[in-house]
Order: sequence, then structure tokens, then C-alpha cells
Amino acid sequence: MEDFAQNVHLVAVILILVMIFFCLGRAIVGPTAPDRVAAINMIGVKAVVIIAFITFIFDYLYYLDIAMVYALMSFIATIGVAKYMEKGALD
Amino acid sequence: MVWEIISIVISLALITGGVFFLGVGVVGLVRLPDVYTRLHATTKCDTMGGGMVLIGLAFQADPISALKLVFIAVFIWITNPTAAHVIAKASWITGFMPVQGEQKSQKGGMPVE
Repeated sequence: MEDFAQNVHLVAVILILVMIFFCLGRAIVGPTAPDRVAAINMIGVKAVVIIAFITFIFDYLYYLDIAMVYALMSFIATIGVAKYMEKGALD
Repeated sequence: MVWEIISIVISLALITGGVFFLGVGVVGLVRLPDVYTRLHATTKCDTMGGGMVLIGLAFQADPISALKLVFIAVFIWITNPTAAHVIAKASWITGFMPVQGEQKSQKGGMPVE
């Protein structure tokens, strides 16, 4: 049962990696700036999920703290870029 | 023993559903025509899918790790709609108009006069 769970985690991580490449394509192609910001926000959420999976695949329990910090940093980056688009400055 | 098997089955079901929702969000991001519809697709699917995967992983963790995972899930549930709202507000103020009618996807969403 544990081995089956580990295999499910690996398959889920591989699927999420393929999704991240599609999001990266939208972030490169995307005709406008808000498209790119939305795609990068999505990549941030998927990266948090992948770090949480790595915690259970390799049994590194401290990776959960890294996932927490990554979620915070992704949110602050998105807010910063959106505010820069809206006001033209970050003051 | 029975409870361990039941918790692992619940966990794997939640993980499968969460990965499905993340995939649906990516399909919406790639195929929909402009910024607002893309945000509409990605925000809800990402919030739901990420939360489901994290809660599903919490079913097979020890209590402290489960608490951390639930904290991350609640944080994503709060911040992801906030970020989408800020992006949509910024693009509306900047002047990007939504696609209406039969416009093709790559041309839509450009600023108008």
C-alpha cells in the first residue's frame, strides 16, 4: 500500500511538471502582461504542490517549511507586479 | 490497520481529484481567449486543486506535518483569489478590454483607445 502511494505521488509530480511547461508556454507567448502574471502565479501554486509531494516522496519533513515560504514569496511577487502595472511605480 | 487503509484511500482519491482540477486549470489557461477568462479558469481550478492535493497529503502525514499542510492550504485559499482580483483590477485600470463576439484568441485583450 505504501509503495502504491509512492508511485501515485511520482505520477502526480510528473503530470504537474508537464502542466508547468504548458503554463510556461503561456507565460512566454501570452500577448499581454497580465497573462504572464497569471501564468506565473499558477506556476507558483504548482511549485508549492510539488514541494509538498517531495516531502512525502523523500521523507524530508522540513521541506514543508520551504513550501510555506515559497507560497508567501509567490503571493508577494504577484501583488508587487500587479501594483507596478496599475500605478507605474512601487512607492 | 483498517483505518490506515481507509485514510490512504481517501488521501489518494483527494490527490487524484486535485491533479485533475490542476489539469483543467491549465487547459483553461492555454485555450481561453483573454485575460479575464483565463483568470476565471485558473484561479478557481488552482485554488480547488491545490487545496485538495494538500489536504489529501495531510491524511498520510504525522500530526505536525498535517497541521503545516492545512496551514499552507488555508493560505492558498486566502491568497490565490486575492492575487487574481488584484491582477484583474490592474489590467482593467491599465485599459485591457474583454473579448466580445467572434474575435480570435491571440488578438483579443489588447488595449483600446
